[in-house]
Amino acid sequence: MTRIQFHRKLDDLKERLLVMAGVAEQAIQRSVEAYRTRDISICDLVDRSEVAINGFEREIDQMALDLLAMEQPMAVDLRFILAVIKINADLERVGDQAVNISDRVRQMQGFPAAELPVDIPRMAALASAMVRKALQGFIEEDAGVAKAVLTMDDSVDELNDNAFLALSTLIREQPEWAPQALSALMIARNLERVGDHATNIAEDVIFWVSGADVRHHLSA
Amino acid sequence: MGVSIEVSGLNAWYGSNHTLRDIQLHIPANHATALIGPSGCGKSTFVRCLNRMHETNPVGRVTGTVKIGQVDIYRDISPVEIRRRVGMVFQRPNPFPTMSIYDNVASGLRLNGYRNRKVLDEVVARSLHQAALWDEVKDELKKKSGASLSGGQQQRLCIARALAVDPEVMLMDEPASALDPVSTSKIEDLIFQLKSQYTIVIVTHNMQQAARVAENTGFFLNGRLVEFDSTHKIFTNPRDKRTEDYITGRFG
Repeated sequence: MTRIQFHRKLDDLKERLLVMAGVAEQAIQRSVEAYRTRDISICDLVDRSEVAINGFEREIDQMALDLLAMEQPMAVDLRFILAVIKINADLERVGDQAVNISDRVRQMQGFPAAELPVDIPRMAALASAMVRKALQGFIEEDAGVAKAVLTMDDSVDELNDNAFLALSTLIREQPEWAPQALSALMIARNLERVGDHATNIAEDVIFWVSGADVRHHLSA
Repeated sequence: MGVSIEVSGLNAWYGSNHTLRDIQLHIPANHATALIGPSGCGKSTFVRCLNRMHETNPVGRVTGTVKIGQVDIYRDISPVEIRRRVGMVFQRPNPFPTMSIYDNVASGLRLNGYRNRKVLDEVVARSLHQAALWDEVKDELKKKSGASLSGGQQQRLCIARALAVDPEVMLMDEPASALDPVSTSKIEDLIFQLKSQYTIVIVTHNMQQAARVAENTGFFLNGRLVEFDSTHKIFTNPRDKRTEDYITGRFG
């Protein structure tokens, strides 16, 4: 009863999701690069990535649906497919966050450059590291690696809170910088959401590998 | 009503072939319990030990204890009596081919000495209702032979025949494996209804079927009971790697 074809299809699904993850991760990096350099041509690349990510999302959902319908997966295989469906949705949302950031960068082009009290590249580095770590857990089938992502989320949240305080103070005290400050605030919020998606991905990896549901701070 | 089954230290042999090794198992009353495992793992031998059918094989031998309710079936009771209390349905429907539908269902009662026509009529009607066959055969009970029914109907006739003697436990050895999907779903619906009144043990190769009908599932491998747990646990997150490898098709 060894199901060679079925397990080959599971491998294909995993590989496809990893390709999509690579594109999503790159989209975030590019959007932050666009913010840092104010280079609109990079924003165009982000838009193209998002189109590709949307295509991956549909393709992966279809592959997962076919496997559920045709193969009646059980136990670890069933958990894997459920995890892939959810990770797929989170990666698509990561792509959306990249587009939101690049849209903000385009808007900021209309205003003079400002020295803003927010470290967007640092937030981006942390959020990207979370996505990478969650995916490392996925590649290595390691719930321990995925668990580390859950603690990283607090740091991103803290940076976001700090950004909110600093930028709202700036808006109050120097209202002429409000448009730039609001855009930076939205970008910080987008990066905080990327961290949340990475957390979701890590939780799905833990569920797949160990069968434990750790969402909403549940331990099992 | 169904009763629980307590199995301890159960071993079985075919000649020198040790086919069941030290099985310990509690099967709760009024539940459906599925037994799964690759061919030759011992699951069918196990159910045959629950109604002393294994010992009908000239080279079959059993040691250990099987308690059905409070009764130790290898010490306190005759094989004939235990088979009245423990009904069995096989993979291939086996109605008595020369008997009418009515006589098939009544055969067990007649064997036990019942002759009263009114009692027989009532039991045949009740059993056919329980087996969800009554509406399909009620007008031809005595005209049609059991063998003239479709495969799915024959299997439900065999279930009605087993129910007629009012057993406490129903053993089913791959009861739907020879049936089409519609007949299979009728048998599964039936199992679902019957478990409120009987304790059901079902051997199946169809894991989706086990998942659909049984509250608990046991996985057998090489004559041993590797894992026994709630069906939900077995099919979503089994404890033993061998169980997981089997149900996910990584061996077998």
